[in-house]
Amino acid sequence: MGIQRGHRARPLEWLAERVIFTISLSAIMLILLIFIFVGREALPIFLGRMDSALIQETIPPERMNELDPEELRVYLDLSPRQFAGMDRDTLQMLMEVRQEALEEIPPEQLNDPDAHANTTAWRYLLFPHQWSDYDRPRYIWQPIGNIHKYNIVPLIVGSLKTTLIGLFFAVPISVGAAIYVSQLARPRVREIAKPTIELLSGIPSVVVGFFALLVMASVFQAVFQYETRLNAFVAGIALGFAVIPVVFSIAEDALTSVPRSYTQGALALGSSKWQAAWHIVLPAALPGVFAAVVLGFGRAIGETMIVLMVCSASVMSWSIFDSARSITTTIAAEMAEAVAGGHHYRMLFMLGAVLFAVTFVANLVGDIVIHRLKRKLEGRS
Amino acid sequence: MPAAPLKNVTVSAPDGPDDSAKETLIEVRDLSLYYGATRALTQITLPICPRLVTAFIGPSGCGKSTLLRCFNRMNDLIDNVRIEGAVRISGYDIYSRDVDVIELRKRVGMVFQKSNPFPKSVYENIAYGLRLQGHRNRADLDQIVEQSLRSAALWDEVKDRLHSSALGLSGGQQQRLCIARAIAIKPEIILMDEPASALDPIATARIEDLILDLKKQFTIVIVTHNMQQAARISDYTAFFYLGQLVEHDRTRKIFTNPTQKQTEDYVTGRFG
Repeated sequence: MGIQRGHRARPLEWLAERVIFTISLSAIMLILLIFIFVGREALPIFLGRMDSALIQETIPPERMNELDPEELRVYLDLSPRQFAGMDRDTLQMLMEVRQEALEEIPPEQLNDPDAHANTTAWRYLLFPHQWSDYDRPRYIWQPIGNIHKYNIVPLIVGSLKTTLIGLFFAVPISVGAAIYVSQLARPRVREIAKPTIELLSGIPSVVVGFFALLVMASVFQAVFQYETRLNAFVAGIALGFAVIPVVFSIAEDALTSVPRSYTQGALALGSSKWQAAWHIVLPAALPGVFAAVVLGFGRAIGETMIVLMVCSASVMSWSIFDSARSITTTIAAEMAEAVAGGHHYRMLFMLGAVLFAVTFVANLVGDIVIHRLKRKLEGRS
Repeated sequence: MPAAPLKNVTVSAPDGPDDSAKETLIEVRDLSLYYGATRALTQITLPICPRLVTAFIGPSGCGKSTLLRCFNRMNDLIDNVRIEGAVRISGYDIYSRDVDVIELRKRVGMVFQKSNPFPKSVYENIAYGLRLQGHRNRADLDQIVEQSLRSAALWDEVKDRLHSSALGLSGGQQQRLCIARAIAIKPEIILMDEPASALDPIATARIEDLILDLKKQFTIVIVTHNMQQAARISDYTAFFYLGQLVEHDRTRKIFTNPTQKQTEDYVTGRFG
């Protein structure tokens, strides 16, 4: 009969289904693995196990024999495996290196209170600190130098600043364009406008950054008369150009998928095309439009190259006409010079984890809002 | 040729007053309509009388819906539509260049085949047309919304859920909501494009009762595939075939003693 043959009846379909299932599963696995990797590298920071103080407690090499092996290993910051592979002379040498490092510290910094501070502690990362030579507490990201200043607040502000400017610029334009193209434009105009706007997304962001750096920055400075030529405003607008095609494309799809019968119903009641689009179609497409904005946010906050090229001084300022350094920019610019396993390196991974968390939360909140809007529209709440 | 007695059609429509006593509200004269190169309507000439129900019948693709959509210029939304001839409403040529289509549609309402309430609350669905006309006073709106819902025989069913989404209503309720929405702005003419074709018999009966009730105030033009429905509710019936008006007369006459052989064949169910 073949009625009880199960999946053997259609082996190809069964196989195709399995393959697709495996692929989607591996996508989820990949995200998880990336998160685990980033999290693992950043873990010592989260657990407070790193010490970035300039002046470390030093044990003279002569006293090596007084330490038991475990104490020695912890002191030299070696893994058990590394420790086992080293002979006595190597260990002795490492101890001398520690001693020399202490001796190389310029004498004027020996009395600096900051030289003893472990700047990877949370209070240095999140709160302003009055460093010696400064007249008041400041948020400072300055990873290179004798005192490593790792305050992440300027970077978070920088990311938010450029992203929000980008969204404020891009969302009205792209949603407006989407309304026009999907509801008002004649078919001829639609056929040209839609692919052209979507073509924008094909421009490499380094090219957008280059254009912003050379052209937009000068034009804006001439128009707005601000002091810093390369600033968050220019970067934000340039980011906007990268975001527009993303938001436009998804918003346009959402608006187009609103049933034509809604528009016809509104027109039959005596609304103009514009009123029908604005009063009826846009509210009906709101979940999709909102999803477009969330995706645009993700694109903007994850964009690296444009901000890196246009401005990258990590100043702590909410002014849009000051420079800004975003989280992504910091990672891209500094990773190459950070010592693997060192506190700078781990700090950059910590920033990566923060970025991951921010995008995750934004997407989650976005999803919840979209879900609510949908339920409200469909009359289920 | 005398018509064969009809077996499956009951005609209950009242005899209208004599034709001579009727003025014309919508006057269609030599109207032809083309979709690109295809001619969908050929030289239609047809008067439609006020405060009566006129039914358009005919097989699918005969142009009856197209003609209906000429009366509120919904065909404007389709590209490549070309119209010859004239449609006059109360003596005004609605295709003349100085006509404001939006004003026209406020006077000529429409109910569609598939109910299309907006994804808003029941209240907002009806208030929308009023807001478009600039009604802002909350008390006025409340009053017109209630009155429209009562006219559409829907008030008792929705009065406790005015502010929940209209998409939660049943199909028949949604269609009556669309009728309420259309009458709220007090048009002179209501066009109905197969308003009951997607509904069950009970909901259909309610819509038909509603139409008979509404014709006291409005002029109704209805497209229908359902011959019994045309016979039950209309005063005049126009039969279309292949884009041409075959016959237009009192409903009783069309269904009992049509002049044209084609009409007779169609209403007795021999073709179409």
